[in-house]
Amino acid sequence: MLDIISILPQQLVFGLALGAVYGLIALGYTMVYGVLTMINFAHGEVFMIGAYIGWAVLTFLIGQQVGALHPVWVLPMLLIPAMLLCGGLGVIIERVAYRPLYARGASRLGPLITAVGASIVLQNATMLTQGARMKVYATHLLFPSSWRFSLFGVSISALTIVILLVSTLLMLGLSVLIQRTSLGRSIRAVAEDRETASLMGIDVGRTISLTFFLGSALGGAAGVLIGLYYTQIDFMMGYSAGLKAFTAAVLGGIGNIRGAMLGGLLLGIIESGASTLINPAFKDVVAFAALILALVFKPEGLFGERDADKEKI
Amino acid sequence: MCAGILRLSKPISDAAPSMLRLTNIVAHYGPVAALHGIDIEVGQGEIVCLLGGNASGKTTTMKTIVGLIKPTSGTVAFEGEIISRLPTRTIIGRGIALVPEARRIFGRMTVWENLMLGAHVRRGEPQDAIVQDLESVYSLFPRLRERINQYAGTMSGGEQQMLAMGRALMARPRLLLMDEPSMGLSPAYVDQVFDIIQEINRLGTTILLVEQNAAVALSIARRGYVLQNGLIVAADTAAALLKADDVRRAYLGEE
Repeated sequence: MLDIISILPQQLVFGLALGAVYGLIALGYTMVYGVLTMINFAHGEVFMIGAYIGWAVLTFLIGQQVGALHPVWVLPMLLIPAMLLCGGLGVIIERVAYRPLYARGASRLGPLITAVGASIVLQNATMLTQGARMKVYATHLLFPSSWRFSLFGVSISALTIVILLVSTLLMLGLSVLIQRTSLGRSIRAVAEDRETASLMGIDVGRTISLTFFLGSALGGAAGVLIGLYYTQIDFMMGYSAGLKAFTAAVLGGIGNIRGAMLGGLLLGIIESGASTLINPAFKDVVAFAALILALVFKPEGLFGERDADKEKI
Repeated sequence: MCAGILRLSKPISDAAPSMLRLTNIVAHYGPVAALHGIDIEVGQGEIVCLLGGNASGKTTTMKTIVGLIKPTSGTVAFEGEIISRLPTRTIIGRGIALVPEARRIFGRMTVWENLMLGAHVRRGEPQDAIVQDLESVYSLFPRLRERINQYAGTMSGGEQQMLAMGRALMARPRLLLMDEPSMGLSPAYVDQVFDIIQEINRLGTTILLVEQNAAVALSIARRGYVLQNGLIVAADTAAALLKADDVRRAYLGEE
């Protein structure tokens, strides 16, 4: 028992870091739901491709033998290309797989099916080009396992702190963008009332593309962070992470940005708590049980409004 | 339909140069034809009102002008240029703003954010100009200044109507379209709203107004059109329409 109590704070920090990454991915689901009222099931694959991009850059840097790899310059070099390319990928997915359907007034079921299709295409394209075997992040070259911080007598790895920090900064950055800038105002206007947004002179199509870009860029960053943490990536990794992040978005109230962030953090803490207190094998059971409980007792999510159709962003 | 109401052939635009001209507009709402070939003209500086009962085609006309509905045939010309094939955002950018039916304010945003969205077409202009226009909107609607940080969805219907008008004005339109600005308002608010419409017009904005409340609308308008089942059945000066027996019977609730 004493053992558990002593590792609990450590697990809490770990849970927060994991949860912040879930929150990053969940933002992509929730923002797209906000503007299009659809679930972008290909989002988990965008996250997976982000992990591959980070891996490719890291492997390239190691191959160049540039000397000591310091996270201060290497981390941005992994994150920025992953975010830009994943953002672009998100925009393309929307143009190719969703817009042709909703622009012609297809039911909401149409884009849902093409989303699953896009997800299968991306998984298989990755498998065909990168192979089915897992790739390994050389995380130890970037964050030696000896780099640990001691907080209130609890030892925490530097990588955990960095993941928590980067995720939190990205989430805060997105919040500021959505709440305080005119771009964010346009996104919220399109989410609330697309027709009236066009009456304001807003380019609705471009705003939807921008929403996909932002959500997918955050997903790409999350892919790099998870790749660094677990060190092993494969073309199927988007499925389970996507499912978890989708759970986080629903837990927080789908369509609600703050809900996605807090839902992610909550899910991360629940998972690491379950691993510590019960058994690591039970963490998924507990996470999904929490989702079911939330859906039974507060179906609109913890931070959502009653009417799921009206609650957006 | 009595013959007296049909005065279509009469030329109606006298002095004012044309700002908006709808020529033989046919429009469909889904498969249903809502407008069967209407001609409307609005001269610079005028207040023109569009009267008619429910489902007569008034809102369809407004939505066609701003491109939310594309006409099946016919043209809309604004300041001499055909705009009927342009996307809505481009039409708005040309200098037309619509205060939509039922106001359609952004309820989950603050009053200030709503007004700034109204100024969206002017991004790129110096901030001073926009701040100055915010001030003039606040002086037209002092209530909005008091509620600047309030969520728009929590305001009363009358306040929301003022916000919808203020938001449209923030685009600095040369032509302002208003769809039923008096709908759902208490009589005190209706008078206030119509006073402000006249004030906006005095400051140089041309206005096309759709109204159920024909008596009030005709009292401030220069000219009017009467729509019925997607056709214009009368077009004349406001004074003449107010006197026409059939208009009085049909739209002013008089026996």
